[in-house]
Amino acid sequence: MRISLTYRVIISALVIGLALIYSLPTFLGKENPLQSLLPNKQVKLGLDLKGGMSLTLGVDMDKALSNSLGQMGENLRVQAKDEDIVIIRPRVVGNTSLRFFLLDADKSDQLERIVERNYNKELSIQDRESMGQGRVQYTLAMTEKYRKELRDMTLDQALKVMRNRINEFGVSEPDIRKMKGNRIQVQLPGLENTKRAVELVKQTAHLEFKLVDEEADVDKAVQGQVPRGSELAYMRERRSDGSYDKKPIVLKKQPLMTGEHIADANVAFNRYNQPYVSLSFDDQGGRIFERVTGNHVNRRMAIVLDDKVYSAPTIQERIRGGRASITGNFSDKEAHDLAIVLRAGSLPAPVNVLHERSVGPSLGQQSIQQGVTALAAGGLLVLIFAVVYYGIGGVIVDLLLGFNMLIIIAVLAGFGATLTLPGIAGIILLVGTAMDASVLIFERIREELRRGMSPAKAVDEGFVKSSLTIMDANVTTILAALILYQFGTGPIRGFAVTLSIGTLASMFTAIFVSRAFFDLWIKRKRPGSSLNL
Amino acid sequence: MGLQIIKSHTAIDFMSRRKIAAIISGIVILLGLAGIIYQGGLKFGIDFAGGINVQVKFDRDIDVGELNNVLEGAGLPDLRAQRFGQSGKHQYLLRIPSGTHAPEEVRSTIQKQLDRGLEAEHSIQRLEMVGPKVGEDLKNKAMQALFYAVLLISIYISGRFEQKWGMAGVMAGGLLAALYLLQLIGLPMGYLALAALLITVGMCWYLRLNYALGAVAALVHDIVITVCILTLLGKDFELSTVAALLTIMGYSLNDTIVNFDRVRENLRAKSPPALVEVINRSINQMLSRTLITSGTTLLVVISLVILGGGVIHDFALALLIGVIVGTYSSIYIAGSLLLGIGPTPESEESGEAEGTGA
Repeated sequence: MRISLTYRVIISALVIGLALIYSLPTFLGKENPLQSLLPNKQVKLGLDLKGGMSLTLGVDMDKALSNSLGQMGENLRVQAKDEDIVIIRPRVVGNTSLRFFLLDADKSDQLERIVERNYNKELSIQDRESMGQGRVQYTLAMTEKYRKELRDMTLDQALKVMRNRINEFGVSEPDIRKMKGNRIQVQLPGLENTKRAVELVKQTAHLEFKLVDEEADVDKAVQGQVPRGSELAYMRERRSDGSYDKKPIVLKKQPLMTGEHIADANVAFNRYNQPYVSLSFDDQGGRIFERVTGNHVNRRMAIVLDDKVYSAPTIQERIRGGRASITGNFSDKEAHDLAIVLRAGSLPAPVNVLHERSVGPSLGQQSIQQGVTALAAGGLLVLIFAVVYYGIGGVIVDLLLGFNMLIIIAVLAGFGATLTLPGIAGIILLVGTAMDASVLIFERIREELRRGMSPAKAVDEGFVKSSLTIMDANVTTILAALILYQFGTGPIRGFAVTLSIGTLASMFTAIFVSRAFFDLWIKRKRPGSSLNL
Repeated sequence: MGLQIIKSHTAIDFMSRRKIAAIISGIVILLGLAGIIYQGGLKFGIDFAGGINVQVKFDRDIDVGELNNVLEGAGLPDLRAQRFGQSGKHQYLLRIPSGTHAPEEVRSTIQKQLDRGLEAEHSIQRLEMVGPKVGEDLKNKAMQALFYAVLLISIYISGRFEQKWGMAGVMAGGLLAALYLLQLIGLPMGYLALAALLITVGMCWYLRLNYALGAVAALVHDIVITVCILTLLGKDFELSTVAALLTIMGYSLNDTIVNFDRVRENLRAKSPPALVEVINRSINQMLSRTLITSGTTLLVVISLVILGGGVIHDFALALLIGVIVGTYSSIYIAGSLLLGIGPTPESEESGEAEGTGA
């Protein structure tokens, strides 16, 4: 492959010029005198350098499946009842199927037609077993197709809800994305109050309105004797020192209404300047709320969020206008966050934190500083060594190292890749290894010179004979980096990125750009003089 | 001429010392393996085992014993404090090996306990929690990474070293078929990686791909010794360790490729001397390159170990060990192995080359 010197110089200058243009904004900062001329891209720093929080949340799909099956069971019971078919005790078995009893075996065909009509996509009849006395036990399994659809829907819904919540929380440049295995990754750069963020993201925010079972004996319920159709819950009461007290209360299991019809939620203050959350329902929600309150005047209705009772006021009268309020001795921040989660909607299934990493901004700053110090110290030693060892050739090596840095920074900035602490380590490592390509070429040139070849011929031999070895030797590094990128997580990926960009850059500069320098150098020499390498 | 570290006519007889090298490698590996067995396996960090790490910074130096005492009341029975990073920075790492605690609760508990028990300004600089599920996943991913690294590198070097890409295709096909069968049995990823390695060695042996065999053996040697030394130093096995190991693989192969290329070139001479001569001469010819490259790499890696800070320290340390071992192995181990098994017979000169082998 013979390329004329002119082309070589032009292409080299072009690449280096481009690298300079793309790396300058990172060095000068966004606000610089050349702002209008340069691309508006800087190297993005990873959370380990910028500070912030990364959360991996697992969506509880079993719960989502079982919720959906339970809901379908309840709906089916109502639909069957409309056609005078009685089915009892619909229940979810093993998160995969729905089981219930049909009281009158003669109505099997009719029931199966209802199932066929309404749940063709979702359910398939797996088993019907005659239990005697005309009873039939049905087992309906959720179809594979619908299960997959539900998973996707649940994950998308959870993602959307989290996005809404975080947008309202006010973090700059949040990154929220789906990951394999029903997971969601949330990255919040620069975040300091990690506790609040975790609570905001994690909260299911499933809101229910339930009647208080006033006939039940609370003391007995605490000991485990809860009346059928009722359940024991705890009402939180804030003490003056800010901690919470839990007071037992017995509620009817069946909710009167859930939070799905909330149109808006805001923080408001009462006349004692205590915050509460004011809710407004959409039209349908307003009608349901009006009917429900109208039917239960003078009874207590509990407001339950994620199985915690916030308050249980007595319904004074039918409530029109579709508004309700949640009081509960909140702090300002709590009320604010509660309004956010209610407004953003509830998560379709509970989530739990599988992985959390938070780095304070001071540590990020410290890491950058230490990385740069290590780079400067190691780099300086290598630069000096190169000049001492190879003379003018060493100056060329140093220039190439500089170009490599520019290219790495430019590619990172141009492609929006993220620089992490291991990424900086990768750059530092490259300062050491990038010299290898030049060393191979230079040592070869020296060898050929020793054999008595003319400088021009020795340079040519040196480059040609070493190029293949250099490429081969670097392929293994790039293979390793690719695998790391594929299987690594956040910070480690940064290492793989800088390592592969840098290795490619060092190959280009050592084989291509360096040759231009050498040819220029030889051209300027008086013929017959020796090459000082 | 510029400066020279290695005089151009240096002729060190490396191969005559190969027994000593083998003994040294053997001792390190045995010690390391003993250490690993004594610990009951590799010591995994939180990346793989799950747990919580909390990095705390104080405004003054705190005795580790005192810190442990203060934190005893936190209700985290397996919490252990240790110094971390450069000594002037007063940083400590608190490690909680089980991943069942909620991270934000751990944070506030530790904060409260430090407020109460210590007269020192403190701040939590970093908190990382890895749940058991994620730990299991990461372990699996790391194994997969090692597995694919072995697979790709085997295929690459059997083609590259032997200049026979047809042979590499045979290797790739054989490997994939064998691994597919093993996967059907349901062998876990770690064993698959090991199996890939063994199959590669076996096929290199059977197909007489001797350069490739030497390179793979040198690679395994480097990885095993690095892991052994890290274990002897009491370091945890983390995700970053795996990253360092993969980097070392690349580095070690790089060195071996360069040296073997020269061996092959010298063997192609009109009347090559005995194999031991050729190997010695090739290593000597490449010696200044080997030392300069390792030298500059060591310069930067050492500066990373010393100045890079606590977070990156163990990663840098693994690289440091790997670079040293990789350099040593490309001189002694890869060459010795090649001497032992002979170079791959080349079609035209096979008789000659084989005659000087084994």
